[in-house]
Amino acid sequence: MGYVPVKGGREAIEAAEDLVRYFRVRGGSAPLAAQQIQDQMRLAVDRVMGEGGLYAPFHAAVALKQAEGDTVEASFVLRAYRSTLPRMGYSTVTDTREMTVIRRVSAAFKDVPGGQVLGPTRDYSLRLLNLELAEEDSRQIEAFLARYRPRPDGGERPRSFPKVVDMLRAEGLLAEYATKPEPDVIPDLTRQPLTFPASRPVRLQSMARSETGGLMTLAYSSMRGYGNVHPTLGELRVGYVPVSVPHRHRAGSTVAIGRVLVTEAEIIARMDETEAKTSPRFTLGYGLCFGHNEIKAISTAVLDRTMQNAAGAAPAEDEEFVLYHADGIEASGFTAHWKLPHYVTFQSVLDRLRRMQDLAGEEKTQGEDTDDAG
Amino acid sequence: MPDKQAVRPGYNFAFLDEQTKKEIRRRILKAVAVPGYQVPFASRELPIAQGWGTGGLQLTLALVGPGDVVKVIDQGSDDVVNAVNIRRLLLQTTGVKTTEDTGAATLIQTRHRIPEERLREEQALVFQVPYPEPLRRVEPSEVKTREMHAEADYSRLWVFLYEDIVRWREITIGAQYPVLVNGRYVMDPSPIPRWDIPKLHMAANLNLFGAGREKRIYAVPPYTRVEPLAFEDHQFRVESFDGKHCAVCGSTASFLDELIDDHTGARRHTCSDVAYCAKRHQLLSENGPGAGRQTGNETGGGA
Repeated sequence: MGYVPVKGGREAIEAAEDLVRYFRVRGGSAPLAAQQIQDQMRLAVDRVMGEGGLYAPFHAAVALKQAEGDTVEASFVLRAYRSTLPRMGYSTVTDTREMTVIRRVSAAFKDVPGGQVLGPTRDYSLRLLNLELAEEDSRQIEAFLARYRPRPDGGERPRSFPKVVDMLRAEGLLAEYATKPEPDVIPDLTRQPLTFPASRPVRLQSMARSETGGLMTLAYSSMRGYGNVHPTLGELRVGYVPVSVPHRHRAGSTVAIGRVLVTEAEIIARMDETEAKTSPRFTLGYGLCFGHNEIKAISTAVLDRTMQNAAGAAPAEDEEFVLYHADGIEASGFTAHWKLPHYVTFQSVLDRLRRMQDLAGEEKTQGEDTDDAG
Repeated sequence: MPDKQAVRPGYNFAFLDEQTKKEIRRRILKAVAVPGYQVPFASRELPIAQGWGTGGLQLTLALVGPGDVVKVIDQGSDDVVNAVNIRRLLLQTTGVKTTEDTGAATLIQTRHRIPEERLREEQALVFQVPYPEPLRRVEPSEVKTREMHAEADYSRLWVFLYEDIVRWREITIGAQYPVLVNGRYVMDPSPIPRWDIPKLHMAANLNLFGAGREKRIYAVPPYTRVEPLAFEDHQFRVESFDGKHCAVCGSTASFLDELIDDHTGARRHTCSDVAYCAKRHQLLSENGPGAGRQTGNETGGGA
């Protein structure tokens, strides 16, 4: 038979798997240790944990190695692994005021209680390609580590910082939400279907797992003018928050089971005059994600705010538009699926097109007949 | 040829955890109770990408038991890579028996086709669904389409079909033709060709539809009315294969794939349902030409 469409089955799949492995290792360099990825590809690991919806730095590092650095693919692998794990329970509410901050900035006030903490950021580095890194060896790293000491005032930093938005709240400048969800009735997006209208906890959960680039694109569309939200970054913080679970036997008490690195953004935007029932107020957009991922936290916060706009005329204000399209695993899977054979559907479409051409031909002939007659 | 592959250690039977299977089974029961209604569920990610059959696969994984015999087809074929890949996951996480023989399967997962061989009461057919919402053609918002279903307001879809006829003198929908289930819900039958639509009507078997990415489950229970949307003066029509037959088994009563020869560029046709074709071909070669005549067992819309 001359034409065998994408057949060959198992042998073909296994040969493709071998080729993938071959392309990863054919350079002959030393294999990457997962620990190296975890340490030195810190931001990629954080991104994969967030989009994969599983706080597991080592597993995320292995996924990145498996995916040859493709963060969407690595997140997908991690998310699929997550499906095999039963839900053991829920943590108690974590107050991010208790965050051990490694970075904290506010764009709203020059001086904030606790001060601005620049922390590990590239924001003010010149992005000159650093070719010295190509020559970096372990001797240099050891020398740097021996020499490096945190700044003297680092140790005197307060353990926790007051929140910038709390100051606005105290002055009555911030609109409060009419209803605050009770901790024990917060929905779980991974166990309950996403339906619309979505509650705010569901929106925030959905965005916490969404793809960074997808959220950024949608948030950016609003910032540029498709929508009417003009955000000010009230506070951005990166740090470790404790995670506690209810004690199994002693009711009312909790057990700390560890800590997670998170990025939190709070943006402030003025409420539309039409929306404000009382005097003008500020409203808050909130974003939180796993790991150190500032673009994602800020984008989430902006979109949290845009989706509160009642009008919903712009894409970023439409919760269906945002939540249905920003998930990297859903979007990448469906985009890739066009590679699957579609020849049955195509045959069906072909049948319709031929039929329409026949009908059009008939019509034309009839038209010509009429012309002749006239 | 049934694949022989070791069951992977360290995974629960059928991959998903038991809480998840329970949830999916409950949603299936609801879907069966309300034919054609889309039941939302919290779809899980699988080691196969979304858009590649994760909805159907979650139904299969929630339903499969150690005694089942499973068949997986994609575009009518058991051995295209995607079908092989899905079967591989099933084998590696369940160790159940698989088959290519439609008649021997208890559970069949399919993408884009209904087998030509008529299914029986004790069989279940699981469809992979990319777009569960038949109204998406006319309305992008989920909130609005759910409202339209609740009110059985299908006027915009009817207008869409009407305008198609006005503009083209024909309804231009190829595969994935909208149907009315049990006289109540308009349903997307998944991208099966129109050829397969009549097979859903009053079918003896259970038909289950799973959309993983879109997080919906729906069903056509056995012996349920399934009617393609059509007008009194404009009937529903299946694909036409007038005068064509399968180059392998000679069938004139099955959905045909159109093949273009590498060398001559000539067009030939073969059955899209490869297992059906192979069965007929074998009958022909064993018993001579008379054995392969159409028995009426096929339920193809062309019959």
